[in-house]
Amino acid sequence: MISIEGLKKKFGDNEVLRGIDLEIKEREVVVIIGPSGSGKSTLLRCMNYLEVPTAGAVSVDGILLGGGEANINKVREEVGMVFQRFNLFPHMTVLKNIMLAPMKVKGVKKEEAEKTAKELLARVGLADKADSYPGSLSGGQQQRVAIARALAMRPKVMLFDEPTSALDPEMVGEVLDVMRKLAKEGMTMVIVTHEMGFAREVGDRLLFVDEGRIIEQGEPREVFEHPKEERTKSFLSKVL
Amino acid sequence: MNFNLDLAINSFPLLLLGAGVTIKITALSVALGIVIGLFVGIARISQVRVLRGLAAVYVDFFRGTPLLVQLFLFYFALPAITGQRVDPFVAAIGACGINSGAYVAEIFRAGIQSIDAGQMEAGRSLGMTWGQTMRYIIVPQATSRVIPPLGNEFIALLKDSSLVSVIGFEELTRRGQLIIAKTYGSLEIWISVAIIYLVMTLTISRFVAYLEKRYKTNDKH
Repeated sequence: MISIEGLKKKFGDNEVLRGIDLEIKEREVVVIIGPSGSGKSTLLRCMNYLEVPTAGAVSVDGILLGGGEANINKVREEVGMVFQRFNLFPHMTVLKNIMLAPMKVKGVKKEEAEKTAKELLARVGLADKADSYPGSLSGGQQQRVAIARALAMRPKVMLFDEPTSALDPEMVGEVLDVMRKLAKEGMTMVIVTHEMGFAREVGDRLLFVDEGRIIEQGEPREVFEHPKEERTKSFLSKVL
Repeated sequence: MNFNLDLAINSFPLLLLGAGVTIKITALSVALGIVIGLFVGIARISQVRVLRGLAAVYVDFFRGTPLLVQLFLFYFALPAITGQRVDPFVAAIGACGINSGAYVAEIFRAGIQSIDAGQMEAGRSLGMTWGQTMRYIIVPQATSRVIPPLGNEFIALLKDSSLVSVIGFEELTRRGQLIIAKTYGSLEIWISVAIIYLVMTLTISRFVAYLEKRYKTNDKH
């Protein structure tokens, strides 16, 4: 589903990604962990070209990214993204937030977009918030709306960039529940997170990233319980 | 010193006529300024280098030279190039609107840049183009933030429109001058003129305050 080869990213002189090769299969849930500044968010953001790689190739569902706006927009239609800070559109109701992109990008009719939006809201447990504005919702509710908004484009892959890091502890659970459900339904997911319990439970594969490289990867339980690399051991000893 | 109240009262209808013209110039210039300002403001932050450059030159030139000189350029210098006489009305609106466009562009630019970068990323990650994201997400949010500075700009423009009196256009200030030429009533007329300007600018600032309040409650932050 996602194929990355020799991916490098520099910000000025700062080399954030130093050569990443990665294949993500359909229906696979890949969890990326690593210390802050390790490049894990940048890696995720390269998957829909929010960051343009300095070198290397990224392709999604067989489409090689790069080479013009049209191609990138096409890929983004198929790749949903959920941000740490939700990034809901504050001037629109929850329902409109979800309806906007399908209508403008895919030309979906209003009635249909509204129907889909309401179904998605019900799925994330917020059917009663359709006419609320984002500012009146809790962080957890906003993040669930953000997930519904991304799903409205019927993406083939969902990227999650630390989706629970900006939440109060008591709201983390409700967001993880929605993500767990998505994973069960067979969504291909790439998740950058600090929620180690969740990573172990939901992930099919765990990547440990440090200093712009994938240091170690494998079945989450295996990596957590028997890390092979020194850096993985030292990181896990700090967070577990 | 005598204040001739009769003169002030008798001149009032004529001055109001001039005020009507002032309002007309201001309204049309504001409309022109907003259209220009929106495009130039967006061009200032566009990803196309040439557009950014052109927009910067526009803003630099029209902010960096006096409106009075721009008015002369429009009314006297332009005909020298084209060989066509410019209608004073066109010159007045053209100069004021184009001048205001430069200030409005900066207001829009700042308003747009004040919107969190995450909004653009969210729009783009949903497959929307840069233009769609601007139109449906960024500009609507920036609008409520630019209302106060836009209000200031329009008040300034209304006052600056008095400059078009120098090309003989009969707005409020010019009317005042003409009446004084006949009646020598400087004191009465200039005070009347000042009061009429004040009423107009206060009306605008009340209206802007109203808009600001309205848009704030719609934003529900």
